[in-house]
Amino acid sequence: MARRYRSALSDPAAARWLLIAVTLGFLGVFLLLPLVIVFVQAFLQGVGTYWRALADADTRAAIRLTLLTAAIAVPLNTLFGVAAAWTVAKFEFPGKNLLTTLIDLPFSVSPVISGMVFVLLFGAQGWFGPWLSEHDIKIVFALPGIVLATTFVTFPFVARELIPLMQAQGTEEEQAAMTLGAGGLRTFWHVTMPNIRWGLFYGVLLCNARAMGEFGAVSVVSGHIRGFTNTLPLHVEALYSDPGEYSAAFAVSSLLALLGFVTLMLKNFLEWRHGDELAALRGKG
Amino acid sequence: MDISVRQLGKKYAAVAALHDIDLDIASGELIALLGPSGSGKTTLLRAIAGLEPIDSGRILFGAIDATRLSVQERQVGFVFQHYALFKHMSVLDNVTFGLRMRKRATRPPRAEIRRRGLELLTLVQLDGIADRYPNQLSGGQRQRVALARALAIEPSVLLLDEPFGALDAKVRKELRVWLRQLHDETGYTTIFVTHDQEEAMDLADRVVVMNAGEIEQVDTPAMIARQPKTSFVAEFIERKAGHADMSGAPSRA
Repeated sequence: MARRYRSALSDPAAARWLLIAVTLGFLGVFLLLPLVIVFVQAFLQGVGTYWRALADADTRAAIRLTLLTAAIAVPLNTLFGVAAAWTVAKFEFPGKNLLTTLIDLPFSVSPVISGMVFVLLFGAQGWFGPWLSEHDIKIVFALPGIVLATTFVTFPFVARELIPLMQAQGTEEEQAAMTLGAGGLRTFWHVTMPNIRWGLFYGVLLCNARAMGEFGAVSVVSGHIRGFTNTLPLHVEALYSDPGEYSAAFAVSSLLALLGFVTLMLKNFLEWRHGDELAALRGKG
Repeated sequence: MDISVRQLGKKYAAVAALHDIDLDIASGELIALLGPSGSGKTTLLRAIAGLEPIDSGRILFGAIDATRLSVQERQVGFVFQHYALFKHMSVLDNVTFGLRMRKRATRPPRAEIRRRGLELLTLVQLDGIADRYPNQLSGGQRQRVALARALAIEPSVLLLDEPFGALDAKVRKELRVWLRQLHDETGYTTIFVTHDQEEAMDLADRVVVMNAGEIEQVDTPAMIARQPKTSFVAEFIERKAGHADMSGAPSRA
């Protein structure tokens, strides 16, 4: 019987299995196990308790607040992100590097600091505090503060996904559209947008996941008023610190875990279905 | 349409990219802008299209002063070096883009747009690929789609940036002959940029030799070969011809 030769590119079987085992073990301990625990704890006292925790008035208020916050912050950041990416990728101007750095600022600053900034600006003792209280406008410890903090923290997602993609694509197609008589807006809708749509969707997806899951910055500006200014992550923490509502904390957590799971699934689907276009983005990013 | 360039100047930083360019092109002419890279030939082409802002001078399309007109208003047919086809559109949608983007008042009805698109594909000898996408085409096919797309708007002038630059030698020669025929059939005033002396001499009615942002000579290929006005022209033509000899192509000298 002829001897079988191993391909020069393949590692010895033992090394391969060891690597796979290490990777799977790591994933299991640090990713899968926590996820399983969340769901196990959530259902530990029965499905009835689980549903009661989700049907609770404060939980529903937290869900509503989280959805509302994301519904404002994500479209705003989509708009800002596209505008910023367009500016950076398609034009040359002095101070461009500074602008690119500024876009990344929310990622490099601790979320707690981001929250503090808004308290310092709009809080009772803040710069605009006296003026705001005179006009009876509440920003900190109310919805506007939560939306501001969330928008700030999630600003870079869309812009960061789009900048490398738009830079890789250059401006030739836009120039061609212009010579063919298309104005700026039509060029954007008919030429630029179709070229970036999957990258944009990807950025929006990540932006949304973070907007719904943000804890630090929102925690500082929210004031933690149960049923009023607690978003889902804050509500989880509030429940968790109450020994009687341990299971409820995990029940609500399971919602956030589910959000993460759906986001990952969609993200993988995008990479599988539109990998070519996103490759340009990953290659440069 | 006649195209005239008067005293055209353009600077990048402090360096002159184009220096007081004067050029008159008669309606229906096929003109080559020939020169080494950095000679300003592409900048001049893009300035005529309105894609490149200029610092001084005027550009006339017939009797119309086009200097201040936007790219859209100039209605030039521009074929980009790498074609710049719309990747996400079918070949037919690419070709009809200019017609579809027209304001409602001047936009032909849908069926008419489609008919004109198919007609143009026949003109560039690409029947039967209307529903394909740019990434399914060969380089030569893409180039002809780009040309059909530019012709669809019935351009005032046809501008081509290194039209054969991205193609292999065999396809390049075929397309060269074909482009000359197409030009003679349609009669559009055509300006193309090239760094290839042989291509310019073969194809153009008149050749504009450029160097360092200035025009060295404007003449018919025969006159340029016989009586080069400057040493640069003589050298550029000769060096390139010598190069063509070495590559086995017939010399024109």
